[in-house]
Amino acid sequence: MIETITSFFLQLADDYPRWNFIFFYDSFQWWRLVGGLKMTILLSIACVLLSVVIGIVGAWLQGSPRRWVRLLVQGYIQFFRNTPPFVQLLFFYFALGQITPTITGPDGWTEVPLISNVGWAIISLSFFAGSFNVEIFRAGIEAVPESTREAADSLGFSRFQSYVELVMPLAFRVSLPALNNNLVNLIKTTTQAIGIAVPELLYECVGIWNDYPSALYPTMTVLFFVFIILVGILVAGMHKWEKSMQIPGYGAS
Amino acid sequence: MGSRLIPGVHSRASTDLPVLLPYRYRGTDENGLVGFSSWLVSATPWIVPVAFALCLIWPLTALAAGYGYDDAIKALFKWLPFLFLSGFLFNILISVLTMLIGTMAGVLLGLAQITPVWIIQVAAKFATQLFRNSPWLVLLFIVLLALPFEFTIGSMIISVPDWSKAVFGLSLPIMANISEVVRGAIQSVPTGQWEAAESLAFSRRQVLWQIILPQCFKRMIPPWMNWYAILTMATPLCSLLGVEELITLSRQAIESENNHPELLVPFYSFALMIFFLYCYPIARLTIQLEKRYAVKL
Amino acid sequence: MNWTETEPIISIKDLHKSFGSLEVLKGISMDVMKGEVVCVIGPSGSGKSTLIRCINALNDINSGSIKVEGQEVHDPKLNKLELRKKVGMVFQQYNLFPHRTALQNIMMAPVKVLKQNPEDVRERAINLMTRVNLTGKEDSYPGELSGGQQQRVAIARSLAMNPRVMLFDEVTAALDPETVKDVLITIKDLAEDGMTCILVTHEMGFAREVADCIYFTDRGIIVEYGPPSTFFSDAKDPRTKEFLSQIL
Repeated sequence: MIETITSFFLQLADDYPRWNFIFFYDSFQWWRLVGGLKMTILLSIACVLLSVVIGIVGAWLQGSPRRWVRLLVQGYIQFFRNTPPFVQLLFFYFALGQITPTITGPDGWTEVPLISNVGWAIISLSFFAGSFNVEIFRAGIEAVPESTREAADSLGFSRFQSYVELVMPLAFRVSLPALNNNLVNLIKTTTQAIGIAVPELLYECVGIWNDYPSALYPTMTVLFFVFIILVGILVAGMHKWEKSMQIPGYGAS
Repeated sequence: MGSRLIPGVHSRASTDLPVLLPYRYRGTDENGLVGFSSWLVSATPWIVPVAFALCLIWPLTALAAGYGYDDAIKALFKWLPFLFLSGFLFNILISVLTMLIGTMAGVLLGLAQITPVWIIQVAAKFATQLFRNSPWLVLLFIVLLALPFEFTIGSMIISVPDWSKAVFGLSLPIMANISEVVRGAIQSVPTGQWEAAESLAFSRRQVLWQIILPQCFKRMIPPWMNWYAILTMATPLCSLLGVEELITLSRQAIESENNHPELLVPFYSFALMIFFLYCYPIARLTIQLEKRYAVKL
Repeated sequence: MNWTETEPIISIKDLHKSFGSLEVLKGISMDVMKGEVVCVIGPSGSGKSTLIRCINALNDINSGSIKVEGQEVHDPKLNKLELRKKVGMVFQQYNLFPHRTALQNIMMAPVKVLKQNPEDVRERAINLMTRVNLTGKEDSYPGELSGGQQQRVAIARSLAMNPRVMLFDEVTAALDPETVKDVLITIKDLAEDGMTCILVTHEMGFAREVADCIYFTDRGIIVEYGPPSTFFSDAKDPRTKEFLSQIL
């Protein structure tokens, strides 16, 4: 089976020199591509989770009675939404990276930074997407009617209880479409980690087509496909989730 | 369905699943990122100086030995006019050109998305979705590598500069997103308007140009500005293609100052700040327009 | 707290409340004894709803005092949870939690707030569903119930906290006429079981039937009050007379 595939692509590369799917018959290039794909998936999952956590915490803090807390959150949002994510990434990695402490590496004598470039990519991209998520969740929270919250008040719920039991579950449902959009955007933004040499899919693809110019079109095709599939999986998952959270009697009739 | 569907313009079941009908969140449309702006309302303008302070005072307090942060900041001020005039203004130039091309192409693509000729419609929808859902950086790389580096017209050889490829590459996602803005705006005009105009014997083209588009023109401005801000913030990506914009020049400047690590914080802070100062007012204006036009729907 | 049942369970003295420059309550005083059913009637905007929202501390007050079982409601040191355990409230718009079933709506507060054993609460909740005549609707979501059914779930939800006093804020105003009756029957049963009730209502016939005392409010003051037998037939104040002539 595998041999048929490799020989097919070898033949294809022979017949059409511009369509050299090198990674389908050269195992080194194949693992390079798989490694990149794994890294892209890792970045996507980690950033999606962390940015959602940032969004929830941020939205909670925005409702804080303390003015300075609200201003701090507002400042964070403003800053991260109005500056280029790519420059944020460079700033985090190059500028903050050299201030953070280093630890002794596994070999016992080299110093390695406490946070690797992958770590910085996750932090930076999550904070970027998180700044959007805060606002998305806040809008969802505002969509929960005051009177419903009052009902919880009148039953003796504390602010925290009514947030967890009532406001968040409802706000989350309202936020999902906007959240969906933002997370799709986040997955696309993970490619920018190439700027700090994170070996994700785009990085590996650029590497492959630099080494084998004949593999340019195939790698492009793969890139397009992978991202459309990744985004498709996310969107399908979110839609399924959205449906499962639908409240009987409230959905579109 | 009470009212008729206008061919091409409306389709059944096109909405996101509303999970909770009574409490509808009105902040977003299909562009998603228009919500990018809706939060700004509550913001106070003095966030700007606060953010400034955060980025400029903090590194000053950091410890440095030998080559200190004060030296680094002196270096920054030495390079500042160059970075601004040759770097940042070039980013702006790229963003303006891209927006121009992207908007023109996007309007055409958007109109193609609602044409009754199904083959054009399907092709336009496919192009829109493809370029909307691919990472910008992937598009940039592909354009950089797939386009020839020079054209030969007769005996003349015209080389294509990298920045023009960057403009082209960035135009693709802008085109796709503007296309969605146009489609969304046209579909947001109630069906009754089409019916009323058609009953007065307007042709389809007349309805579109004389009745529908004038109505939704205003509504397209806020998302259009929003996309301009997003585009401007994407221009630093061109540095990966070797275009000599702000980030590329900042790196070169750091190198020519002997690569002292203390230079990194001031230079990148400057880059962040200057983008912030440019994009923040746009975002605020977007909000204001959005609010003003939202009422008159 | 030395409250005894011989004293009013709710005692309001010279209550003032403003929203900004608009004074809604201009010195309201009333006493409600345990087991009494009080109806507050009056034109829209006369401050009826604000009055009972103040009793549950949903609105704060500007001056005066409200005591529930001898405990000052607007004492800043007051534990609001203790107050709200004693005072149940039902809203005009039901305000059920849309993401929970009817039974879960009833169980939520006792389990989450009072930390009671879920099994016991479930049993009580099922009994309450029977009491409000909704057996079989336990697993329906609020969106699947009619307005009248939702309102009865809301009543059961309040009752699950075992309150001493129930406040009803125009609970039938948003309902379809044909479902009003079921809700009124539920409240009437409750009143006959000896629950202290304060109702803001427009249902004059109902007020006449169940109330022990009727208060008429207009422009932030209590114009007149008395038992229904004399109140409806023998109103003294011209404003009361005018209101009654319009409504009856």
